[in-house]
Amino acid sequence: MSATVPPSKKTETKKAGAALGQALLVPSLAVVTGLLIGAIVIVASGASVTKAYGALFAGSFGNPINFFSALQVLFSSGDSAPLLKAIYPFTESLVTATPYIFAGLSVAVGFRCGLFNIGAEGQFFVGALCSAFVGYSLKGLPMLIHLPLALLGGALGGGIWGMIPGYLKARFGAHEVVNTIMMNWIAFKFSDWLLNGPMKASGFRPVTPNIEASAELPRFFADPLRFNLGFFLALLFAYLVYWFLFKTTLGFEIRSVGANPDAAKYAGMNIIKNFVLVMAISGGLAGLAGSAQVLGVDHWVGQGFSAGYGFDAIALALLGKSHPFGVVLAALLFGFLRSGATNMQSMAGIPIDIISIIQGLIIVFIAAPDIIRWLYRIRSLKTEETVLTRGWGK
Amino acid sequence: MKKFYSILAILVIASMALSACGTPAAAPATEAPAAAKLKVGEVTDMGGIDDKSFNAGAYAGVEKAVADLGVDGKYLESTQQSDYAKNIQQLLTEKTDLIVTVGFLLGVDTAVAAKANPDTKFAIVDYAYPDCGPDGVEGQTCGSASEIPNVLGLTFQTDEAAFLAGYAAAASTTTGKVATFGGINIPTVSIFMKGFEAGVKYYNAQKGTNVEVLGWDTAANDGSFTGNFDSTDDGRSFAESFVQEGADIIMPVAGPVGLGSAAYCQESKSCKIIGVDVDWTVSASEYKDVILTSVLKNVNVAVFDTIKAAQDGSFKGGVYVGTLSNGGLGLAPVAGASDELKGELDTVTKGIIDGSIAVK
Repeated sequence: MSATVPPSKKTETKKAGAALGQALLVPSLAVVTGLLIGAIVIVASGASVTKAYGALFAGSFGNPINFFSALQVLFSSGDSAPLLKAIYPFTESLVTATPYIFAGLSVAVGFRCGLFNIGAEGQFFVGALCSAFVGYSLKGLPMLIHLPLALLGGALGGGIWGMIPGYLKARFGAHEVVNTIMMNWIAFKFSDWLLNGPMKASGFRPVTPNIEASAELPRFFADPLRFNLGFFLALLFAYLVYWFLFKTTLGFEIRSVGANPDAAKYAGMNIIKNFVLVMAISGGLAGLAGSAQVLGVDHWVGQGFSAGYGFDAIALALLGKSHPFGVVLAALLFGFLRSGATNMQSMAGIPIDIISIIQGLIIVFIAAPDIIRWLYRIRSLKTEETVLTRGWGK
Repeated sequence: MKKFYSILAILVIASMALSACGTPAAAPATEAPAAAKLKVGEVTDMGGIDDKSFNAGAYAGVEKAVADLGVDGKYLESTQQSDYAKNIQQLLTEKTDLIVTVGFLLGVDTAVAAKANPDTKFAIVDYAYPDCGPDGVEGQTCGSASEIPNVLGLTFQTDEAAFLAGYAAAASTTTGKVATFGGINIPTVSIFMKGFEAGVKYYNAQKGTNVEVLGWDTAANDGSFTGNFDSTDDGRSFAESFVQEGADIIMPVAGPVGLGSAAYCQESKSCKIIGVDVDWTVSASEYKDVILTSVLKNVNVAVFDTIKAAQDGSFKGGVYVGTLSNGGLGLAPVAGASDELKGELDTVTKGIIDGSIAVK
């Protein structure tokens, strides 16, 4: 007879809590399992796990002892140099996480509409090149105008690059997976040409000129700390995407199309418009990832500008369950892993590729959560599964 | 399932235990000893440490120095542009005495770091300062030699060795056509192709032959370029089209791209490859049977000499130029070369060294 009894508020919150717990549990266990198996690989390669992971931790968060002694120095003598040194690893991790946040959001927005944007890498490149172009070609503008323009350039460039496959899908039914991959190649080859031709700086190197200081995302500390406004911009965009998806009518439409396009169509929603719009937004966010990297960190673009941010972004969206806040957490994780890897490589002599292995393992466990559930004998809660992408030709 | 836990537990414990007694044999990092050993660190570009090219060559020099001079050596790999500054910073934090950066893409970050850390020695492979263009900002986007006296640029007069390769190619071709292509038309690449063409022309002048060079024209300062340094597919298709045009010897100057060409030659049995930077019969031994010779750019020698100078205190900034005479360059043994050809190559080498043969 329980069906007739309305569930009390208490059980409701309990249920929600359990669902949230479950949502966090599997990814956390996936990370732990990934690190454990990574440990085995490290041992197999003949290095020390404690040393490696110790260096990884110190490289991504910094050494807490250094931090506190540096604080003492600051208070006693007012010398901030040791403190800056102590927070360098932590800020570098946030710097590394910044493009991950943008790129992860990009793919997550696509997933929410049932679209699989594999083209984030190409959109990243186009965004970076557009931002660099606005950054170095316009001179003498005040920062308040130049910086937003450069960011806008990146967002527009990436947005257009994403919109094209969106339009092709909406108009001709061409699958976005194929088209975004093709657009990646066009972007790579196009950037090769641009860097060797129209966008080449003076001198022989195939790189763009440096952007003007007025287009740089301001840094908070002196060199070599590269921590800049981009990180907070990324957080802001994560909130904006959340607000857009979950608090606006358009966001509701997008999610409805993602959940069930037929039903959405029946309810009078314009599928075509939503496909194009979502791919443009997705591309724009990936473009901003490139903008943040060039305006905040590198200040110029050369060949091999990205180390696969756009592809890692797919993993981030999966890891974050396509939720903006989940993506931020996942991006922070990747940022800390990637950034700490430098120190691990140097101190423990572990090839930097081990981080890719750990990331790959985490992704496998996230993509196939049943492995984790089986490993740790977690009972599956009947929660609604997010539809990631639709089959061919739908 | 219980069983699985036990296995997992054993694995974890085993990994901890092994790690305690594991010997980090292959690990490039070594413990900092109490004695003040010279600390050397290499920062690679995106090609990675096993690029069979200058990153690997530079590290070979570091390893030799570790073995012969007893210095501390390690490398840090860069996987993207933003890693350059970060890796240099990592080495600076560890108080590295000599930082070797590899490739022109690290030019800016090396200049910036060198200016900010005048007490640290730097060497950069395939690059030299001053490089400040009209819109360059000293210490931020470029370096001038006077501002960064702590940097040694390691450059190579590669056309000297490529000249020998061109001579050997012209002597070995059966179709009367040889070819070359590059990654990107930048001086460090095109200098190979220029030397190659000059070597072929010299052979023609000496022997009265008419061997043709495809893929490069010094007069036009242009030729065939893949536009990248990583696509083995491009290497394959470039080789294929050169063979269709009648060439039977190809010199790819594009890093790993050339491996695609070598693979094509091996499958089609229609061409031979001239390797660049390192001896490909060693570094790419799977293609040994199609490799005619290799243009050796002995980055390892240059890096080793630099480390040696840093150790004995004679290190000086500026520009090092590797040539045939100082051992910075060389030509690997030519496969199937007759004694006559070997003798001629020796004569040409001597001619280049004493200046009686102009490479230009």
